[in-house]
Amino acid sequence: MRWGTARRVLRQPTGAVGVFILVVILLVAFLGPLVSPHSPTETLGPPNSPPGAGFALGTDFLGRDVLSRLLNGGRSVILIGLSSTLVAYVIGVLAGMYAGYRSGVRDMLTMRTVDLLLAFPPLLVLLVLVAGGGAHIWVLIVGVIAVQAPAIARITRTASLSVRQMPYVEAAQARGDGTARIWRADIFPNILPPLLADFGVRFSISIILIASMNYLGLGLQPPTADWALMMSENRVGITLNPWGVLAPAIALALLTVGVNLVGDAYLRALTRSVLPRGTRRSRLRRRSNGTAAILATLPSSGDAASIDDEVR
Amino acid sequence: MSLVSVSPETPAGEAPTAAPSSRAHLRHRFPLTFYIVRRVLAGVVTVLIASAVIFAAITLLPGNVVQIILGRNANPQSVSAIENQLNQGHPAWDRYVHFMGNLFSGHLGYSTAGLVEGQKTSVESIIGPAFAHSAVLAVATLVLFIPMVIVLGLAAGLKAGSVRDTTISVTSLAISSLPEFLVGTLLIVLFFDRLRLLPPVSSVPPGTSPLSNVNILVLPVLTLLLVSLAFGSRVLRACVAEIVSQDYVVLAGIHGYSQRRIVFRYVLPNALPPTVQLIAQQLQYLIGGLVVVESVFAYPGIGTALVNAISVHDVQVVMVVSILLAAFYVMINVVADVVAILLDPRVRTTIS
Repeated sequence: MRWGTARRVLRQPTGAVGVFILVVILLVAFLGPLVSPHSPTETLGPPNSPPGAGFALGTDFLGRDVLSRLLNGGRSVILIGLSSTLVAYVIGVLAGMYAGYRSGVRDMLTMRTVDLLLAFPPLLVLLVLVAGGGAHIWVLIVGVIAVQAPAIARITRTASLSVRQMPYVEAAQARGDGTARIWRADIFPNILPPLLADFGVRFSISIILIASMNYLGLGLQPPTADWALMMSENRVGITLNPWGVLAPAIALALLTVGVNLVGDAYLRALTRSVLPRGTRRSRLRRRSNGTAAILATLPSSGDAASIDDEVR
Repeated sequence: MSLVSVSPETPAGEAPTAAPSSRAHLRHRFPLTFYIVRRVLAGVVTVLIASAVIFAAITLLPGNVVQIILGRNANPQSVSAIENQLNQGHPAWDRYVHFMGNLFSGHLGYSTAGLVEGQKTSVESIIGPAFAHSAVLAVATLVLFIPMVIVLGLAAGLKAGSVRDTTISVTSLAISSLPEFLVGTLLIVLFFDRLRLLPPVSSVPPGTSPLSNVNILVLPVLTLLLVSLAFGSRVLRACVAEIVSQDYVVLAGIHGYSQRRIVFRYVLPNALPPTVQLIAQQLQYLIGGLVVVESVFAYPGIGTALVNAISVHDVQVVMVVSILLAAFYVMINVVADVVAILLDPRVRTTIS
């Protein structure tokens, strides 16, 4: 991310709030284990006791310290979500560039596969994989990749279709540059900004999917400290110590909202950095100057929602 | 997404006399019928491939459920019953054809978990009531969703950039980024733990209808509505904002037409096709949303049935339910595409 874009993110109220929330929650998730007062998996007191001496947020259904579990429970979901989203980008971008650059049968076959993968409800993909492969961290990662990569491939294909017709690509072809070089030097740098535009939204969808699987008991297994898992475990004790459920809920809410606010602000910042102020998207489609034209093929910043409609 | 996929497949300027083949002739004479038939066929093929993928994933993946069941239970009678049901001796392809044949003729088979216990429980008896319960939840959500999303979308989109719009947009952005189980849990904390107004668990005693106790439906429906309204209103807002900036709406405003007339005569009819897409998306969303929300409230619907079946390795129930859900998902897509074609004359001309 260039500094200009970063400044534009921070200048928007939602962006600034989002960055603040995200920084706080990331500090909690990654530095939390260092300051955790107790072991997250050790029974230390009576179950479901309310906040009090020794336990700032009380104890959970097995008598473990809620605060320690909260401080240890954020890393896994963030890391699994991030790694699977990144791998999905690698696969999706390669497949999309392949389909967009090589039209014809190869394009059609790739896109039919993509369509087929998008024809499954996302959560069902994960559920079926877990039913076959068992509740395991790798199954979750593969599932998220299977959900995200096809959507990324579709956007990449659209973007590279329009880049392929640019004069500089024709020039490179006329020069006799190899395909690998054209992909690396001409196509990839020019489709990257629009592809990254919805990274935040995608990342938050990955987190929601993984958290939902953990909540259903089909993801990370006890006694792992995980925010979503804590919420389902402590439900029975909700009247005795509501913090067992509320604390991880607030942490998870801050994480997803923070990621989404930043993602949305980034999309807006990116759109504005390329377009003159006040340009309307409908006008843009008729123009054809590089990145602006590609950005115009994306859903407009106001409805970043339509990006996740493929996934949700 | 479907609207976009129509145009590239359209042959540009195909001359009517140039193509003597009967297929091209049909395509030219009855473009609409041709398109619909092709779309439906593509849907059927997708469902078939999807069912094969689901079957393969569940029966062939390394964490093989059959081995887990067989390892857990040493009773030779049930072992042979399961082996029989899953036709372990036969190649995977045979088993798949057998399974699909049964599915098409209406034999959903027997619950694998039941066979392990030594009893024959038909899958129908497990998922029949569950489907009915989920349908109640889905219909209730959808009936409330449609008017509310239109009002919210109009409220935000008609005055894009206003305080009202920003409030709705930011709130919906925040809510739509929350997982369903989180919203549901927060509602339980509020309405059960704090206010003692509504039950935290929506259990339905066997043999009774969830409608006999409407109280239990409130929180699940509210959860689904909050999450999906946030998402839907953002989509509709963008669409309404786009329509409002069109020349014909601006002209109607210059003519001095009343706000009401502009909204009902010019804005709403043009927002209809996207709304239909939105309703389809809402139905598709509900498939995933129901699974989670039903689990939060322990509501005995199809989602709970699926999650339970997965945790006890009930292969037969998992396969039947996943294939039915996938088929439902694809069917909604097909219907939405066809309706979009029929509703929007612009799309109709692109395909013909």
